[in-house]
Amino acid sequence: MDTFNLLMGGFESALTPINLLFAFAGVVLGTAVGVLPGIGPAMAVALLLPLTFGMETSSALIMFAGIYYGGMYGGSTTSILLNTPGESATVITAIEGHKMAKAGRASQALATAAIGSFVAGTIGTALLVTVTPIVVKFAVSLGAPSYFAIMVLSLITVTAVLGSSKIRGFAALGLGLAIGLVGMDPVSGQKRLTFGFAPLIDGIDIVVVAVAIFAIGEALWIAAHLRRTPAHTIPVGTPWMGKEDWKRSWKPWLRGTAFGFPFGALPAGGAEVPTFLSYVTEKKLSKHPEEFGHGAIEGVAGPEAANNASAAGTLTPMLALGLPTNATAAVMLAFLTMKGIQPGPFLFENEPDLVWALIASLFIGNTLLLLINLPLAPLWAKLLKIPRPYLYAGILFFATLGAFSVNMQVADLWILLLIGLLGFALRRFGLPVLPLILGVIIGPMAEEQLRKTFQLSSGSVSGIWSEPLAVGIYVLIAVLLVLPAVITYIRRSRGRHDVVAEAVLGEVADHPKHKAGVSGTTADDDERENS
Amino acid sequence: MSIVVGYIPSPEGEAALERAIKESTARQARLIVVNSSKGDQLVDDRLIDAKQHHDLEARLTESGVDFWIQRQTQGIDAADQILQVAEAQRAELIVIGLRKRTPMGKFIMGSVAQRVLLQAGCPVLSLKATNDW
Repeated sequence: MDTFNLLMGGFESALTPINLLFAFAGVVLGTAVGVLPGIGPAMAVALLLPLTFGMETSSALIMFAGIYYGGMYGGSTTSILLNTPGESATVITAIEGHKMAKAGRASQALATAAIGSFVAGTIGTALLVTVTPIVVKFAVSLGAPSYFAIMVLSLITVTAVLGSSKIRGFAALGLGLAIGLVGMDPVSGQKRLTFGFAPLIDGIDIVVVAVAIFAIGEALWIAAHLRRTPAHTIPVGTPWMGKEDWKRSWKPWLRGTAFGFPFGALPAGGAEVPTFLSYVTEKKLSKHPEEFGHGAIEGVAGPEAANNASAAGTLTPMLALGLPTNATAAVMLAFLTMKGIQPGPFLFENEPDLVWALIASLFIGNTLLLLINLPLAPLWAKLLKIPRPYLYAGILFFATLGAFSVNMQVADLWILLLIGLLGFALRRFGLPVLPLILGVIIGPMAEEQLRKTFQLSSGSVSGIWSEPLAVGIYVLIAVLLVLPAVITYIRRSRGRHDVVAEAVLGEVADHPKHKAGVSGTTADDDERENS
Repeated sequence: MSIVVGYIPSPEGEAALERAIKESTARQARLIVVNSSKGDQLVDDRLIDAKQHHDLEARLTESGVDFWIQRQTQGIDAADQILQVAEAQRAELIVIGLRKRTPMGKFIMGSVAQRVLLQAGCPVLSLKATNDW
């Protein structure tokens, strides 16, 4: 019952009026940025980083947790009403959700998404409470070689398995690792990639990189595509569900949670796979399969729950191992580092108050989200009418202010602009942003573990595979990389036509950007069937 | 000769359109309906969609005037659009709907109507959604 007492202690510190206020501000802001396509919770957290210098660490973290969960709720609103999924996690929601909205059932779609998110978020957070201490116990015993292997695994899976194109993913990862290398070598003190430019010796601050990639890159991208034919919203009333909707929703919620949490908790992360798996499962199990493709409520309830459960799951590796697997968690981790808190397995031991306040605030934030989302959904939809020039002018202002306030040096602004241009180029050439950010954050951490490994093995390369767990993980990485190719080869030689892939690709055809990602997932799915 | 009317699906827009139809019937003039959006918002209910376009067409056909619908989805703002069309067509009259607005509201929101009134080279007829007295 130790965990329970700690959690209650967490509630105690999270339920103070001031922290409740921050949680509320977080969920409101998070929902707002989630609703607006292109502006995600990661950008919001990155922009708010400089404002938190004077704040209590726990209050700031509580606000970020609110933004993190709020972004998930908000994203579904846009997917359902406009069919413009803000992030890859809500692509699947849009398939059925928008059809429901078109058929005049927007209220029910929004309600099942919001309540499903609440259910999944709460169960997911409860699982987080139970699983994380176990992972921590395990993680403390890990040596540097295993740690390094886990980091490599998470970088590879995020890059190769989840993205739409492997080459693009690895290109983005390489860029991120290169940015992470800039500065002084932690062991020998040698200057790396500084080009004789003095401000680079301390390395490029992660805040500057995050703000540049998310805010400046996105603003430039929008500026390049400012004029677009506006859409019409679908008018919505207050979300509500009938008896039949409840009956059809509760099972998908639970199944979605079951899919979402484990995938989020793996150091590979990502909500694409579980949302997709949930969609396929619901389609198979549904008593109304004919409704799929025309707005089936199960197709909204399941993936939306999976999405939120995986968001909760993602916090497990972040808190227990110090390994972020999505962009928002990465920026939150950067915040902890900035505050001088060492993320990793000792976080629970060194900062129990902070961690448990954060976890308690997740429960609180989730409840607040349900309360503000159900009655206010029509209001959130109004945010979409803000003219983009006003919105992005504000974002650019805060981005510049934020980047400058980190070190108070003008050079940071030039770096901001340069990396911002890089962010624009990423979007222009379809490179995913996530591997880059993870490269910048995990890269230096992985380097530290690698150096430790080599120090232990006195410079011998064999140190890398000196622990059995590390060997196991490298085998897993090899399997992950080779298996899709093998499956494609076998399938081609058999000349078999994949019905599932066909059906899904047909439906997702109007999101060509995500097409490859979905087909990749189908391969995973088949793997399971074959074995 | 022609009459240009700025139209958005709102009470003010409807009033302007109704009046413009009356005017063009009386003057035997061609009616040009301008509907536009700057395209800088994700959602803009002022822009007519395909269905509204169709309904508008049916309504104008029924009224028997010679008409042309100019629907601009992106680019310049509504005032410029109306003025441009009016100039190109050598319009004899521009009809626009006005909302009631306090001086403060005007200061904050700006005004399409004001720019049309000030910059137009022809008479401008502006009207409210309802006749209050």
